[in-house]
Amino acid sequence: MGEFVVHRVRFFDYMPSAIRAMAFNGSTQRLAVARGDGAVEIFNFADNYFQEKVIPGRSDRAIEALCWVRGRLFSAGLSGEIIEYDLEKLRPRYSVEAYGGPIWTISSNSQETLLGVGCEDGTVKMFEILEERIQFQRNLDRQKGRIISLSWHPSGAQIAAGMIDMIRIFDAETGHATHRLLVERGVGTTRNTEVVVWSVAFLSNDTVISGDSAGKVQIWDAVTGTLIRNHLITKWDVLGLAVSQDESSVIAGTSEGTVVQFQALASTMGQENNQWVRTRTFKNHTHDVRALVHTDTAVVSGGMDTQLVVRPLLDKVEKNTQESALRKILFPHKSLVCCARKAGLLLFQFPDHLELWRLGESSAKGQAGDRLPVMKNPEKLIQLQNKGEDHICCSAVSPCGSWVAFSTVSSVRLYKLQLSNGNISIKKVSKLPKELHSVHQLCFSSDSSRLFASSAQASVVVASLDQLQCKHLHTAFSAFLSFPGSSQPIHLLSASENGNWLAAANTDGQIHVFNLHKLKLHCTLPVYSSCPTAIAIHPTTGHLLSAHADQQIFEFSLKLKEYTAWSRSLQREGLHPLWLQRDTPITHIAFNRNKPAHVFLHDAFMFCIIDQSLPLPQARKKLYNQMDLKTISPQKRMQESHAFKICKMFQHLLSIHLLDDSSLVVVERPLADIVSQLPPPVRQKKFAT
Amino acid sequence: MVEHGDVRVVHKGGSKINFREPALSTDSRFLLCASGESVKVFSTATEECLHALQGHTDLITGVLLRPSNHLQAYSCSLDGTVRLWDFTDGILIRTYSIGYPIYELFQLVAVHLPQCGEQLVEAKELSAVLSNISSNPAASAFGREVRIFRCLEVYFFKNFFLKKDNQKGGKNTFTCITCHPTEDCIASGHEDGKIRLWRNFNHRKEYTYSTLHWHHSAVSSLRFTPEGTNLLSGGVESVLVQWRYNQESQRDFLPRLGGAITHISVSPDGALFCTSHSDNKITIIQSCVKVSAVIQGLVKGDRIRTDLMIEPRSKALVLNGKPGHLQFYSLQRDKLLYNLDIVQQEYIHESGLEQFEVVMAAFDASGSWLATVEERKQKAPELELNLKLWAFDDQKQSFVLNTTISAPHEGRITALCFPHVSDGQTTMLVSTSRDGHFKAWQLAAPGFIKFYLILKGPSWSCDFLGAYHSLVPECCCFSADSSLLAVGFQEVVTVWTPASWELLTTLSQPPGAVRDLCFGRLSCSKYLLGATTSRLLCCWNLLTCSLEWVTSMDVSLLLADPLSENMAAFCFEAGSTDLFVFKPGEPRPLFSHKALCSGRVTHAVFVPREVMLESCDEASQWLNCSHLYFLTQSMDLLTFITKAEEDKLTASSKQLVVSDDVAMTPFHLLLGKHRDQLENPQAESRLSVEPIRQPSSSAGINELLQMPAHVLPSASFLCSMFVQSLLISKEEEMESEKEEEDSDGEMESRISRPEHMPSGESGCAAPALTKEEVRELRRLKKLDHSWMKGLLD
Repeated sequence: MGEFVVHRVRFFDYMPSAIRAMAFNGSTQRLAVARGDGAVEIFNFADNYFQEKVIPGRSDRAIEALCWVRGRLFSAGLSGEIIEYDLEKLRPRYSVEAYGGPIWTISSNSQETLLGVGCEDGTVKMFEILEERIQFQRNLDRQKGRIISLSWHPSGAQIAAGMIDMIRIFDAETGHATHRLLVERGVGTTRNTEVVVWSVAFLSNDTVISGDSAGKVQIWDAVTGTLIRNHLITKWDVLGLAVSQDESSVIAGTSEGTVVQFQALASTMGQENNQWVRTRTFKNHTHDVRALVHTDTAVVSGGMDTQLVVRPLLDKVEKNTQESALRKILFPHKSLVCCARKAGLLLFQFPDHLELWRLGESSAKGQAGDRLPVMKNPEKLIQLQNKGEDHICCSAVSPCGSWVAFSTVSSVRLYKLQLSNGNISIKKVSKLPKELHSVHQLCFSSDSSRLFASSAQASVVVASLDQLQCKHLHTAFSAFLSFPGSSQPIHLLSASENGNWLAAANTDGQIHVFNLHKLKLHCTLPVYSSCPTAIAIHPTTGHLLSAHADQQIFEFSLKLKEYTAWSRSLQREGLHPLWLQRDTPITHIAFNRNKPAHVFLHDAFMFCIIDQSLPLPQARKKLYNQMDLKTISPQKRMQESHAFKICKMFQHLLSIHLLDDSSLVVVERPLADIVSQLPPPVRQKKFAT
Repeated sequence: MVEHGDVRVVHKGGSKINFREPALSTDSRFLLCASGESVKVFSTATEECLHALQGHTDLITGVLLRPSNHLQAYSCSLDGTVRLWDFTDGILIRTYSIGYPIYELFQLVAVHLPQCGEQLVEAKELSAVLSNISSNPAASAFGREVRIFRCLEVYFFKNFFLKKDNQKGGKNTFTCITCHPTEDCIASGHEDGKIRLWRNFNHRKEYTYSTLHWHHSAVSSLRFTPEGTNLLSGGVESVLVQWRYNQESQRDFLPRLGGAITHISVSPDGALFCTSHSDNKITIIQSCVKVSAVIQGLVKGDRIRTDLMIEPRSKALVLNGKPGHLQFYSLQRDKLLYNLDIVQQEYIHESGLEQFEVVMAAFDASGSWLATVEERKQKAPELELNLKLWAFDDQKQSFVLNTTISAPHEGRITALCFPHVSDGQTTMLVSTSRDGHFKAWQLAAPGFIKFYLILKGPSWSCDFLGAYHSLVPECCCFSADSSLLAVGFQEVVTVWTPASWELLTTLSQPPGAVRDLCFGRLSCSKYLLGATTSRLLCCWNLLTCSLEWVTSMDVSLLLADPLSENMAAFCFEAGSTDLFVFKPGEPRPLFSHKALCSGRVTHAVFVPREVMLESCDEASQWLNCSHLYFLTQSMDLLTFITKAEEDKLTASSKQLVVSDDVAMTPFHLLLGKHRDQLENPQAESRLSVEPIRQPSSSAGINELLQMPAHVLPSASFLCSMFVQSLLISKEEEMESEKEEEDSDGEMESRISRPEHMPSGESGCAAPALTKEEVRELRRLKKLDHSWMKGLLD
C-alpha cells in the first residue's frame, strides 16, 4: 500500500443545512430536498440514492414546501413567491409572486392541472399549470388565520387545509368551505396555546388525517366532519405526515425525532372496515423531523439534524439485501474541497464564502502509525466573501495556487493570488469573457494555464489564463466545446496531467473526452446506466477511470478508444460484494505518479488504493484484509493480497488529495462536530435519569 | 418404587400454587389452581380453600375451564392423564389417559377431546402438535392462546415465522404471548421489557407490529380482558399494567403487588383479575383497582438458609419466608399462618445489595422460645451477626423479641441448639461458631445492669464458653434427656455435661470432619450418630464410649424422629438422593428409597401426626407417628404417603361431596345453619329418605345417591335403571361397571336430553321404556365399557 505522510485536516468547518421540505416524484424516482439555506438537492433513488443535482441556495429564499408536477419542480416559501426550477441549468426558471404574504404550503392536485398554495393571509390561491409557466386562477374563501398545510382529495374536487385550531375543507369547484373540523388543544398548561395543524392528508375514502402541534395524529371523516380516532404520539409537535401510494400506511414525523407509522388494518381477517392502527416507530433522528416521504418501499425522513434517512420498510423489501439496509445521507456527493497540489493549499467552499488554507508542516520523521509533531501550524490565508444573495455553487484553485475561481448561478469570479514570503495579494480579474457567466463546474489545467468550466448550455468553456502579464490579467475565451445529444448539466470535469485531454461527464451518464490541442471531441465513452460520480485521466497511460453511483469502476483507454483489459477482467470477475454494498459514492479519483499502477479512491467512510498489478479479490475472500496481512508471513502475504487495499482509519472523509511531495491530505469532518453545532433537541424524560 | 411397596413420594402441602396459571370460574366465585398433585378450589371472596380435587398421581401441569360447560374443568398432569372435574362438588367425571407426561394444557386438547369418542386417536394428534412446538423455547406460552381463531394452522405457522425472524436480535426474545379475543392481534412480551402488538400476520410478509414499552425488564405475563378492551401485563416490577387497547398511551398501574408477577389470568366475565407471583402467592384483583384477596402459599425463595422446623405449639412448619422473615406454615391446613419479622429492617429491592438474612432458627421443646441468627456479609472480615431470642407471648399469640445479642460470636454460627426439656422452662441455648468456640446462653433472672436500667423480664446472657484444641465446632446436639451435649469439633466429637460444663469424653473416627450429629431417641438413646465428610455414618455407644457400627454412605442430612427411635438419613449418591430410615440399634434399615429426587436434600423435617396411624405393614410403619417432609434442590416440598392413607383421603373427599354439596366456607359455617333451617322441609325430606335407602346396599343406588342432583340425568332415564337394580340380581357384572358408567354416561345423557324435566313428565315417560329398550340401553353400555377398558389398560 505504501507509506505516506498524512495531513489530517479537521479545520474545515463544513456545516450542512437543515432539511426543510421534501417531495418525491414516483415516476422518475427523484427526491427533491429543500434545505434551510434555500438549496434544492435532487436525489435519484433509482441510481443508488445518488445526489445528482444541487441547485444552490439564496440567502433570502426560505423554502417551506416543494411540489413535483410532471417532472417540473415548484417551491414556495416565506418570501411569498412560487419558484419553478430549471433542472438543466440548475437555477430558478421564474418566480411568481402570490400576493398573499408568506406561503406555507404548496400542493398540486392529482390531475396536475392546478397548484394550490396556502398563504399567511388566510387564502388558498389556485394557480393553473401551463406549459411554460403558471397563472393565477382564483382564491378560495378567505379564512381568518394562516393556512399551514394543504391536501387535495385524489379526485380533485375537495381540498383540506390545516390552520390554527382547525381544519377547513373546501369545495375546489365553488371555492366555498364545506366543513370546519375543530382540533382539540393540548391538555394541561398547553390548553391556552393554540394548536397548529402542521400537516393534513386527504385520502380517497374521504378520510382526513391531521398532525398537529399538540402531538396528536387525528383521523377524521370528511363526509360528516367528525373525529374518528385520536392517537397521541408525542408530547411535542407532529410536524409532518406522508401517505403511501396505496393509502394503506401513513407516517408522522415528530419533534422528538421519531417517525411513527400508522397502518390501515382490518381488525379481523377478511373484514372490510380498516382501522388506522399505530404500528412501528422509527427513531433515526435526534431533532425535529420536518419533512417526510413515503415511497413504496421506504420511509424517507429529514429534519433539523441535516441527515436524510432512508429507512426501508422490511415488509416491503427482500430481507438482508442491500435494499433493506438503512441509509443515512450526511454529506454532499460532490467534493467541496479543492487542493493546489504544487503549492500545498486547500480551498474550502462554503455557501457564502471560500477559505484558502496553507497546510501545516512537519520536519520530523517517524515510523508508520506515528503522530508527527507539527512545526508550522496550518494557516488560513484568505477568506473570500461572496457578494450578493446567491450562494456559491462551485469553486476551484489552480494547482500552482495562483488562481482561485468560483461561481454562483449568475456570475463567475476569478482571482489572481500572489504569495510571497507571507505577503498575500489578491486581484480580481475584472474582465471575463461573457460565456463565463453561469457555470456548474470549474477546473484548472495542471499547468494552470487554462480554466475549464461547464456552462449552463451543456458545454465546456475553455479559457486561457495569461500567466506572464500579471499586471494586465486577462482571460481569453478560446473554445466552446458543446456536448452532443444532451442538455443535462455537466457535473464532472477532469483534465489530464499532460494537458492533452479533458474529460467531462453529465448526469445522464455520458462521458466525453476532448482533445485540447485540436479543441475537438476525441471520443465518447459507452453510456453506463449509472451516473458517474468521479472521473480522472491517468497521467502516464492516458486511461480514463470512472467510478459510478452503483459502485462500479471502469477504465477506458483513450488511445485505443476501448475498455482496458483490467476493466474487462474487473467486469468479468465482478466486484467484491462488500465493495458493492457501500452506501456512499466515490467522490474523488487520483493517481500516484511514482507508482503508476496505483489508483486512489475514497468515499465518506474509506480510502482505497487499487493496485492494478495485483489480482482482483475473490467474492468469498475477505475484502478488508489489511490487518490480516500484517500478521502472516511474507510468502503467504503475496498469495493473500489483492488489488483493493482499503483503509478505514479516517471517517467521514470529505476529500483526499495526493500532493506533489507524495504526502496525503485527508480532510475529515467528524460527525460529533456537526452534532455539537446543532441546536439542542427537545427535552425528553428518560427512564432512570 | 417396587421395593418400598405402598409408600409413595407425593407433593402434599406447601406446594407451588404459582406453578401454572390459575383458572377463574365463569361466575368469578372460584379459583382453580394446580397445587402439587391436586387442584385446589379457592373461594375468591374468602381466600379459603374449599376443597382439593385429588386423583392425579403426579404433578399437575395445567388447569382449564371446560368451554362448553362452565361448571367443569380439565386438569392435566405429568402422570399422562387429563381429567375432567366437576369442580364445585369435587367429583371426577372422566379420565383421559394420554400415555405420556403432559407439560402444559392447551385449549386445543380440550377442544378435541370431547368431540369424538376415541381418545387414543385424539391423543396422537395432540402429540404431533406438541412436538412441533417444543423445539421453541417460548412454545408453551403461545400454544395455549390459539383458541379464538378459526384457522388454527395458519396461526401456528405464522407464530413460527415470527419467532424465527426475531429471536436473532439480541435481547428481544419472546417471553410470553397472548391473542386478542376478537381481533387479529397477537401481543407478545419480550426480554427487554417491550410488548409488541402484531397485526396483519395472515399475510405472509406484510405483518406489522407496534411496540409498547413500560417494563424495564422482561415481561413475564400478558393477558387480554375478555372483551379485548384492555391488555394486562406484568413482570418483575410487581406492577400490574393495564393498557387500553388502541389507546396505548393511556395505561393504569396497580403497583406494590409484593412479588414478581408470573401469571395473569382474567375471569371470563372480566370482573376479576388474578396474578400469580414468584413468592408463591395469588392475588385477586377487582377490575384493576383493588386487591380483594391474597392467597399465599408456602414462600420459597431461591434458597432456604434455615432448617425446616416444626413449631411445637401450632405444629406449623417454620422456615425462611419473605426476606428477613420467618414464615409459619400450617401443613395440615396447607395455609400460611403468619410471617414473623426477624430482621425488623426495611428490605431494599436492589440487586447486589447485601442485606440481613435469617440464617438460623431454633425452637425449644415447648415452643416458648425461639432463637434466630441473622447475618449480613459485606466482606469476609466484616461479618455482622445478631442472635435474637424470642419469647412466646400468650396474649399476642406470637413471638416477642426478648433479647438481642449483637455479635454473639466472632465467626459465622454453625449450629444452634436448645436442650429437650420436656417439663418446665428452657433456660439454655448452645451455639457453635467458626471462631472455634461454642457458647452456652443462659436465661438470667431480671436484674440490674446499670443503676437506672431495670430489666422488665428475664433475659439471656452468655454462661459458658467452650473450646477444644482450637478446632472449629461444626455441629452440636443435646441428648434426649438433655443430660449430654455433643459438639463435633472437626474429626472429634466431644461430649459435655451441661450441668457442670465438664468434658466427659471424646469420640473420634478419622479421617473426615463430623458434619451431622444426632442422639438416638427413646430406646436407642444410648447411641450417638455422626455423619462425616469422608462418607461415613458412625454410631457410637455412649455407655461403652466405643464405636458400635460404621457404614459407608455420603449422608447429606441426618434426622431423628422426635416421637420414635427412627432416624432418617438422606444420602447423596450419583447425582440423586437416597433415603434410609433405620433404628440405631438395628442392623437392617426399616425403609429405603433409592433415587428419591435429583440433587442433594439438605432440608427435611419429621412432622408429628395429629392422629397416629395404625399401619402394621413393615415398610410403612415408620410413618405411623410422623410425616417426613423434605425439600428438594428445586425447592419442591415432598412427603411420603402410604397407600392406606391415600385410599382414606380419596374416600373422605367423596364423603365430603355427599355430606354437603354446598361449598364449605367459614362464612357458610356461620350462616349455613341458619339457611338450613330456612330450607328445612327439603333437608328433612332428604334426611327422611336416606335411612330408607340405606338397607338396599346396591352399588347402583349408592352411586345414584352420592351424585349431586344437578349433575344427574333426568329422572325418566334413571327410573328404569333404578327399578332394574332393585329387581334383578343375576347380572353381577353390571354393578362392577356401574361406577364408570355413571360418570361416563353422564355426558351423553346430558346432551341427548333436557336437563330439568318436570317430575310429572318423568312419571309418564318412565313406563314408555319397554324391556327391549332397556336391553338395548344395556347393550350400548357394554360396548362402551369394553372400549373404556382398553383405554385404561
